[in-house]
Amino acid sequence: MLSVSSHLTTYLIIGLVLFVMGIYGMVRHRSFMGMLISTELILCGASINFMAFNRFVLPDPAIGQVFTLFIMGLAAAEAAIVVSFILAVYRKYHTDDPSAVHDLRH
Amino acid sequence: MSTYVFIAEALFFAFVILTFMGAILAVRARLLMHAVLGLAVCLLGVAGLYFYLGSIFLTMMQILIYVGAICILMVFGVMVGYTPQEIAESNFKGKNRFLAVAASFTGFFLLLIPLLRATFTPALEKTGDFSLPWLGETLLYRYCMAFELISVVLLAAIIGAIILATGGRES
Repeated sequence: MLSVSSHLTTYLIIGLVLFVMGIYGMVRHRSFMGMLISTELILCGASINFMAFNRFVLPDPAIGQVFTLFIMGLAAAEAAIVVSFILAVYRKYHTDDPSAVHDLRH
Repeated sequence: MSTYVFIAEALFFAFVILTFMGAILAVRARLLMHAVLGLAVCLLGVAGLYFYLGSIFLTMMQILIYVGAICILMVFGVMVGYTPQEIAESNFKGKNRFLAVAASFTGFFLLLIPLLRATFTPALEKTGDFSLPWLGETLLYRYCMAFELISVVLLAAIIGAIILATGGRES
Protein backbone atom coordinates (compact mmCIF):
# COMPACT_ATOMS: atom_id res chain seq x y z
CA MET A 1 0.00 0.00 0.00
CA LEU A 2 1.29 3.42 -0.92
CA SER A 3 1.27 5.79 2.00
CA VAL A 4 3.90 8.37 1.16
CA SER A 5 1.60 11.25 2.04
CA SER A 6 1.40 10.23 5.69
CA HIS A 7 5.09 10.37 6.55
CA LEU A 8 6.86 13.30 8.13
CA THR A 9 10.04 12.78 6.11
CA THR A 10 8.22 13.22 2.79
CA TYR A 11 7.10 16.71 3.68
CA LEU A 12 10.45 17.63 5.18
CA ILE A 13 12.21 16.64 1.96
CA ILE A 14 9.66 18.59 -0.12
CA GLY A 15 10.29 21.65 2.03
CA LEU A 16 14.05 21.11 1.77
CA VAL A 17 13.92 20.89 -2.02
CA LEU A 18 11.87 24.10 -2.21
CA PHE A 19 14.34 25.82 0.12
CA VAL A 20 17.32 24.69 -1.97
CA MET A 21 15.62 25.78 -5.19
CA GLY A 22 15.10 29.17 -3.59
CA ILE A 23 18.80 29.40 -2.77
CA TYR A 24 19.67 28.38 -6.33
CA GLY A 25 17.39 31.07 -7.75
CA MET A 26 18.70 33.66 -5.30
CA VAL A 27 22.27 33.15 -6.53
CA ARG A 28 21.32 32.63 -10.17
CA HIS A 29 18.95 35.52 -10.77
CA ARG A 30 20.46 38.84 -11.66
CA SER A 31 17.41 40.96 -11.01
CA PHE A 32 15.68 42.14 -7.86
CA MET A 33 12.38 40.67 -8.97
CA GLY A 34 13.89 37.24 -9.55
CA MET A 35 15.49 37.36 -6.11
CA LEU A 36 12.11 38.28 -4.60
CA ILE A 37 10.55 35.24 -6.30
CA SER A 38 13.30 33.02 -4.89
CA THR A 39 12.71 34.47 -1.43
CA GLU A 40 9.08 33.45 -1.65
CA LEU A 41 10.18 29.90 -2.50
CA ILE A 42 12.43 29.83 0.59
CA LEU A 43 9.62 31.07 2.81
CA CYS A 44 7.33 28.45 1.31
CA GLY A 45 9.78 25.67 2.19
CA ALA A 46 9.91 26.93 5.77
CA SER A 47 6.11 27.02 5.94
CA ILE A 48 5.87 23.41 4.75
CA ASN A 49 8.30 22.41 7.50
CA PHE A 50 6.19 24.16 10.13
CA MET A 51 3.02 22.53 8.86
CA ALA A 52 4.62 19.06 8.70
CA PHE A 53 5.86 19.21 12.28
CA ASN A 54 2.51 20.65 13.26
CA ARG A 55 0.69 17.68 11.75
CA PHE A 56 2.94 14.85 12.90
CA VAL A 57 4.81 15.89 16.05
CA LEU A 58 3.22 18.75 17.98
CA PRO A 59 0.54 18.11 20.61
CA ASP A 60 -1.43 21.23 19.66
CA PRO A 61 -2.08 21.46 15.89
CA ALA A 62 -3.01 25.15 16.06
CA ILE A 63 0.52 26.40 16.79
CA GLY A 64 2.06 25.47 13.44
CA GLN A 65 -0.89 26.96 11.59
CA VAL A 66 -0.48 30.21 13.53
CA PHE A 67 3.20 30.33 12.62
CA THR A 68 2.45 29.65 8.97
CA LEU A 69 -0.10 32.47 9.00
CA PHE A 70 2.54 34.79 10.46
CA ILE A 71 4.98 33.75 7.74
CA MET A 72 2.31 34.57 5.15
CA GLY A 73 1.75 38.00 6.68
CA LEU A 74 5.46 38.75 6.78
CA ALA A 75 5.85 37.56 3.19
CA ALA A 76 3.06 39.89 2.11
CA ALA A 77 4.68 42.84 3.87
CA GLU A 78 8.07 41.96 2.42
CA ALA A 79 6.68 41.62 -1.11
CA ALA A 80 4.98 45.03 -0.89
CA ILE A 81 8.17 46.69 0.37
CA VAL A 82 10.42 45.01 -2.19
CA VAL A 83 8.18 45.80 -5.17
CA SER A 84 8.02 49.49 -4.23
CA PHE A 85 11.79 49.40 -3.63
CA ILE A 86 12.29 47.93 -7.12
CA LEU A 87 10.18 50.72 -8.60
CA ALA A 88 12.17 53.38 -6.74
CA VAL A 89 15.52 51.84 -7.75
CA TYR A 90 14.38 51.48 -11.34
CA ARG A 91 13.30 55.11 -11.45
CA LYS A 92 16.69 56.29 -10.17
CA TYR A 93 19.12 53.91 -11.88
CA HIS A 94 17.10 52.71 -14.91
CA THR A 95 18.23 49.17 -14.29
CA ASP A 96 17.30 46.16 -12.21
CA ASP A 97 20.78 44.69 -11.85
CA PRO A 98 21.71 44.51 -8.14
CA SER A 99 25.40 45.07 -8.90
CA ALA A 100 24.61 48.34 -10.69
CA VAL A 101 23.11 49.92 -7.58
CA HIS A 102 26.21 51.20 -5.81
CA ASP A 103 25.88 54.86 -4.96
CA LEU A 104 27.33 54.34 -1.48
CA ARG A 105 30.49 52.84 -2.98
CA HIS A 106 31.75 56.08 -4.50
CA MET B 1 -11.68 1.64 0.03
CA SER B 2 -8.22 1.08 -1.32
CA THR B 3 -9.27 2.72 -4.58
CA TYR B 4 -9.86 5.95 -2.69
CA VAL B 5 -6.50 5.65 -0.97
CA PHE B 6 -4.86 5.15 -4.35
CA ILE B 7 -6.62 8.20 -5.78
CA ALA B 8 -5.57 10.24 -2.75
CA GLU B 9 -1.95 9.17 -3.17
CA ALA B 10 -2.04 9.93 -6.88
CA LEU B 11 -3.41 13.39 -6.13
CA PHE B 12 -0.67 13.91 -3.58
CA PHE B 13 1.97 13.09 -6.19
CA ALA B 14 0.23 15.40 -8.63
CA PHE B 15 0.50 18.24 -6.11
CA VAL B 16 4.15 17.47 -5.44
CA ILE B 17 4.93 17.46 -9.17
CA LEU B 18 2.98 20.71 -9.58
CA THR B 19 5.02 22.26 -6.79
CA PHE B 20 8.38 21.18 -8.17
CA MET B 21 7.58 22.05 -11.78
CA GLY B 22 6.38 25.48 -10.72
CA ALA B 23 9.51 26.01 -8.63
CA ILE B 24 11.76 24.97 -11.53
CA LEU B 25 9.92 27.38 -13.83
CA ALA B 26 10.18 30.15 -11.23
CA VAL B 27 13.91 29.63 -10.84
CA ARG B 28 14.93 28.95 -14.42
CA ALA B 29 12.53 30.94 -16.63
CA ARG B 30 14.16 33.44 -18.94
CA LEU B 31 11.28 35.91 -18.83
CA LEU B 32 10.42 37.41 -15.47
CA MET B 33 6.71 37.10 -16.17
CA HIS B 34 7.10 33.35 -16.70
CA ALA B 35 8.95 33.16 -13.41
CA VAL B 36 6.07 34.85 -11.61
CA LEU B 37 3.60 32.46 -13.24
CA GLY B 38 5.78 29.51 -12.21
CA LEU B 39 5.76 30.84 -8.66
CA ALA B 40 1.94 30.96 -8.76
CA VAL B 41 1.78 27.33 -9.93
CA CYS B 42 4.24 26.30 -7.23
CA LEU B 43 2.21 28.04 -4.53
CA LEU B 44 -0.96 26.32 -5.75
CA GLY B 45 0.80 22.98 -5.35
CA VAL B 46 1.89 23.94 -1.85
CA ALA B 47 -1.75 24.79 -1.07
CA GLY B 48 -2.62 21.22 -2.04
CA LEU B 49 0.11 19.94 0.29
CA TYR B 50 -1.41 22.01 3.13
CA PHE B 51 -4.68 20.21 2.43
CA TYR B 52 -2.91 16.89 2.91
CA LEU B 53 -1.38 18.23 6.13
CA GLY B 54 -4.86 18.65 7.53
CA SER B 55 -5.52 22.38 7.34
CA ILE B 56 -8.23 23.45 4.91
CA PHE B 57 -8.13 26.99 6.28
CA LEU B 58 -4.46 27.41 5.40
CA THR B 59 -5.12 25.94 1.96
CA MET B 60 -7.59 28.71 1.28
CA MET B 61 -5.37 31.35 2.87
CA GLN B 62 -2.46 30.21 0.72
CA ILE B 63 -4.51 30.58 -2.44
CA LEU B 64 -5.98 33.91 -1.32
CA ILE B 65 -2.85 35.59 0.02
CA TYR B 66 -0.02 34.10 -2.00
CA VAL B 67 -1.59 33.32 -5.36
CA GLY B 68 -4.24 36.01 -5.19
CA ALA B 69 -2.30 38.90 -3.70
CA ILE B 70 1.46 38.45 -3.76
CA CYS B 71 1.71 37.05 -7.29
CA ILE B 72 -0.60 39.77 -8.62
CA LEU B 73 1.58 42.34 -6.86
CA MET B 74 4.66 40.87 -8.55
CA VAL B 75 2.93 40.90 -11.93
CA PHE B 76 2.19 44.59 -11.39
CA GLY B 77 5.80 45.16 -10.40
CA VAL B 78 7.06 43.46 -13.54
CA MET B 79 4.60 45.27 -15.80
CA VAL B 80 5.13 48.72 -14.29
CA GLY B 81 8.85 48.64 -13.71
CA TYR B 82 10.22 47.18 -16.92
CA THR B 83 10.00 47.72 -20.62
CA PRO B 84 9.34 44.53 -22.61
CA GLN B 85 12.89 44.27 -23.89
CA GLU B 86 14.29 44.55 -20.40
CA ILE B 87 11.89 41.91 -19.18
CA ALA B 88 13.45 39.58 -21.72
CA GLU B 89 17.02 40.55 -20.98
CA SER B 90 17.18 41.41 -17.31
CA ASN B 91 17.24 37.82 -16.09
CA PHE B 92 20.42 35.76 -16.11
CA LYS B 93 22.89 38.39 -17.10
CA GLY B 94 25.62 36.96 -14.93
CA LYS B 95 27.43 33.69 -15.39
CA ASN B 96 27.18 32.38 -11.87
CA ARG B 97 25.53 29.05 -12.62
CA PHE B 98 28.38 27.09 -11.05
CA LEU B 99 28.14 29.16 -7.88
CA ALA B 100 24.39 28.62 -7.72
CA VAL B 101 24.66 24.85 -8.21
CA ALA B 102 27.44 24.60 -5.62
CA ALA B 103 25.51 26.64 -3.04
CA SER B 104 22.30 24.72 -3.50
CA PHE B 105 23.95 21.27 -3.47
CA THR B 106 25.92 22.12 -0.35
CA GLY B 107 22.79 23.35 1.38
CA PHE B 108 20.83 20.32 0.24
CA PHE B 109 23.25 17.72 1.59
CA LEU B 110 24.04 19.67 4.76
CA LEU B 111 20.33 19.66 5.58
CA LEU B 112 19.43 16.25 4.17
CA ILE B 113 21.90 14.26 6.29
CA PRO B 114 20.64 15.44 9.72
CA LEU B 115 17.08 15.18 8.44
CA LEU B 116 17.47 11.51 7.58
CA ARG B 117 19.40 10.69 10.75
CA ALA B 118 17.02 12.37 13.18
CA THR B 119 14.10 10.58 14.76
CA PHE B 120 11.00 12.56 15.60
CA THR B 121 8.72 11.17 18.26
CA PRO B 122 5.12 12.31 18.00
CA ALA B 123 3.35 13.76 21.01
CA LEU B 124 1.57 11.21 23.15
CA GLU B 125 -1.70 13.07 23.42
CA LYS B 126 -3.23 15.88 21.42
CA THR B 127 -4.28 18.97 23.34
CA GLY B 128 -6.08 20.62 20.43
CA ASP B 129 -7.56 19.86 17.05
CA PHE B 130 -7.52 21.21 13.50
CA SER B 131 -10.82 23.03 13.85
CA LEU B 132 -11.11 26.68 12.91
CA PRO B 133 -12.54 27.87 16.28
CA TRP B 134 -9.57 26.42 18.12
CA LEU B 135 -7.17 28.06 15.66
CA GLY B 136 -8.86 31.42 16.13
CA GLU B 137 -8.80 31.05 19.89
CA THR B 138 -5.09 30.24 19.88
CA LEU B 139 -4.35 33.10 17.51
CA LEU B 140 -6.24 35.73 19.48
CA TYR B 141 -5.56 34.60 23.05
CA ARG B 142 -2.20 32.90 23.23
CA TYR B 143 -0.52 34.72 20.33
CA CYS B 144 -2.42 37.99 20.67
CA MET B 145 0.75 40.06 21.06
CA ALA B 146 2.35 38.57 17.93
CA PHE B 147 -0.91 39.10 16.04
CA GLU B 148 -1.00 42.78 16.98
CA LEU B 149 2.69 43.18 16.18
CA ILE B 150 2.25 41.70 12.73
CA SER B 151 -0.62 44.08 12.13
CA VAL B 152 1.69 46.99 12.96
CA VAL B 153 4.38 45.54 10.70
CA LEU B 154 1.90 45.28 7.83
CA LEU B 155 0.75 48.86 8.39
CA ALA B 156 4.33 50.12 8.44
CA ALA B 157 5.10 48.12 5.31
CA ILE B 158 2.12 49.56 3.46
CA ILE B 159 2.98 53.15 4.44
CA GLY B 160 6.62 52.58 3.55
CA ALA B 161 5.66 51.06 0.20
CA ILE B 162 3.49 54.05 -0.64
CA ILE B 163 6.24 56.51 0.31
CA LEU B 164 8.91 54.57 -1.59
CA ALA B 165 6.79 54.14 -4.70
CA THR B 166 5.54 57.73 -4.93
CA GLY B 167 8.61 59.60 -3.72
CA GLY B 168 10.67 61.26 -6.43
CA ARG B 169 7.98 60.91 -9.05
CA GLU B 170 8.12 64.64 -9.89
CA SER B 171 11.76 64.64 -10.90
